[in-house]
Amino acid sequence: MYRHDEFDQAFLRARIERFRDQVARRLSGALTEEEFRPLRLQNGVYLQLHAYMLRVAIPYGTLNSAQMRRLADIAERWDRGYGHFTTRQNIQFNWPRLQDIPDILEALAEVGMHAIQTSGNCVRNVTADHLAGAAADEIEDPRPTAELLRQWSTDHPEFAFLPRKFKIAVSGAPRDRAVTRAHDIGLRMIRDGVGQPGYEVSVGGGLGRTPVVGQVIRDFLPKAHLLPYVEAILRVYNLHGRRDNKHKARIKILMLERGIEALRAEVEAEFARQMAAEGGPAVIPDPAVVARIEAAFAPPPLVPATGPAEAYETARRSDPVFRAWTDTNVLPHRVPGHAIATVTLKAPGAAPGDATAEQMRVLADLARCFSHDELRVSHEQNIVLPHVRLDDLPAIHAVLRRHGLATANAGLIGDVIACPGLDYCALATARSIPIAQEIGRRFADPELQRAIGEMRIKISGCINACGHHHVGTIGILGLEKAGRENYQITLGGDHGENLTLGERAGPGFDAEEVVPAIERLIRAYLELRSGPEESFLAAYRRLGMAPFKAALYGATEGRHAA
Amino acid sequence: MPIVTRNGFAPVPPADFHPPEAAAALRAAAIDLPNDADPERLAPHFDRIALIRIPFPVFADGRGFSLARRLRDLGYRGRLRAAGHLIADQFRLALACGFDEVEIDDALAARQPEHLWRAETGPDPRARLRGRAAG
Repeated sequence: MYRHDEFDQAFLRARIERFRDQVARRLSGALTEEEFRPLRLQNGVYLQLHAYMLRVAIPYGTLNSAQMRRLADIAERWDRGYGHFTTRQNIQFNWPRLQDIPDILEALAEVGMHAIQTSGNCVRNVTADHLAGAAADEIEDPRPTAELLRQWSTDHPEFAFLPRKFKIAVSGAPRDRAVTRAHDIGLRMIRDGVGQPGYEVSVGGGLGRTPVVGQVIRDFLPKAHLLPYVEAILRVYNLHGRRDNKHKARIKILMLERGIEALRAEVEAEFARQMAAEGGPAVIPDPAVVARIEAAFAPPPLVPATGPAEAYETARRSDPVFRAWTDTNVLPHRVPGHAIATVTLKAPGAAPGDATAEQMRVLADLARCFSHDELRVSHEQNIVLPHVRLDDLPAIHAVLRRHGLATANAGLIGDVIACPGLDYCALATARSIPIAQEIGRRFADPELQRAIGEMRIKISGCINACGHHHVGTIGILGLEKAGRENYQITLGGDHGENLTLGERAGPGFDAEEVVPAIERLIRAYLELRSGPEESFLAAYRRLGMAPFKAALYGATEGRHAA
Repeated sequence: MPIVTRNGFAPVPPADFHPPEAAAALRAAAIDLPNDADPERLAPHFDRIALIRIPFPVFADGRGFSLARRLRDLGYRGRLRAAGHLIADQFRLALACGFDEVEIDDALAARQPEHLWRAETGPDPRARLRGRAAG
């Protein structure tokens, strides 16, 4: 994986010194609060409901054991002993003191980490498929592209004061595990007619209060043109994106108001101007630099197995708990004899995405011993061990079990995604975490979870949709209604390559009615499905909203008139 | 009303600013270019323009940065000035986007004095990508 070199280290040191100086100038009054705010945000520091929050970047969700261990140290020394992994593959610390933050940033820099551009109206931390470099269906590892974009966007002088935030995601496989169409720019690796790799570029995707599925702006972009083309999109957006209304300032609104054809014409014209500029485009990277980045993501030296995985098969036969875990949490690896293991941070009753310092250290140790020192953070708020031998899985599982990390629910109803909600967030209108915890407890029975099958419940505590509720099989949106928390349910969302926004089922539910409503939905699905192989989403697509709506509202019809 | 250049603060030199439409009829002109203007219209007249001034209504409105880059990409080689509300932390960004100078008001100059307007950018990630990183 990519390791920070002398340049990155020098850059981070200069950046931290600059931020220290900015904090001092805020305190002296040389910077007003309004002027300090974007500087603070672009260094990852939010002001939340109860305290400052520091959002640390985990570029494309990849980290090594030393980095994970450092996150554990920070959680213990400067926070309350835990951290929260987010839907953007970052980690948030919810309780640091402002005056400690430069020291935390130094502790991060020592292991090649930072909090740059994890917030603010700039190009945010670039996300990528969490199975990059390991998945069997991959065309190319998306991380060199994401790293190239990270370097290009870091401290970009032209794009530090955009109309609004700007998110880019990269997928290297036909199966889109990076939710690319829900990003301001989505890049999907494809090959052209003669087998050359490039990108299908989509633009204008986003969830939030106006959910929009991104549209393709370029069918095929050669790899070498990536940065000038992305720069062209950003320049058009920076010049023409709306600045009169924060809620209409994302590029998706520019796309909806002008239409994709007009936006495409402007971007292509800008791209052509850049390619024709005197001395060539400003950002065509040196091939040697690109080659260095690509080399940094060379696959680890995995030895393909030649025979069956004896220890793995034996454990599967003798230990039903292990077998259940491998059925749900283990995915095939491209190298025979290996696997990708998902550690869900979703034990029944847990806050989704939270990990204690101790759990982080356990994960770091497992990565070092069994996964070529690599870990991934998924947008589903889980941790992935991407390169493990099948025969090591029994030992890994035993360690996970001892530390409450062996919950066998990846992709099942207990694997709930939730934003921090009103327990932490200044923007939230309702709590998310207690709903997720209650779902985890109600559906804790592993057999019941397996019987229900694939299910993505996603919960947001306000319309900004950090919990991605629009693309959950079942989405839950917490709002405030007449002083009470009220939860709307959407059905039929899909976060995959056929990105689909869920449909609102009807009036919302009070907090204590939400989980019973989910139970009615699940009961209805189990009765209606054509067989165990028909997922909730497939059944919903076949049957439509009506029978599910009846299950939700049949007994209580007329009680709410929202 | 100081003007900030790489050499520090200086008094604003006198100039008569004209709207972009006037460029065709002038020589060594100073032009006020609104930040929503299309700079391509000015391109035929670049050799008659000595100074283009781009307004920053508030520091968080970054349109001027892209406008400056576009002017430079189009081949404008004259002086380029940002005027209005930029903060000292944005000076290096403005320079990197092709501006030569920033015009600020006295109140801002008092609150953010000369020594804060630092031109040096430090390590530049895009220079490294082009294989030209100094470190």
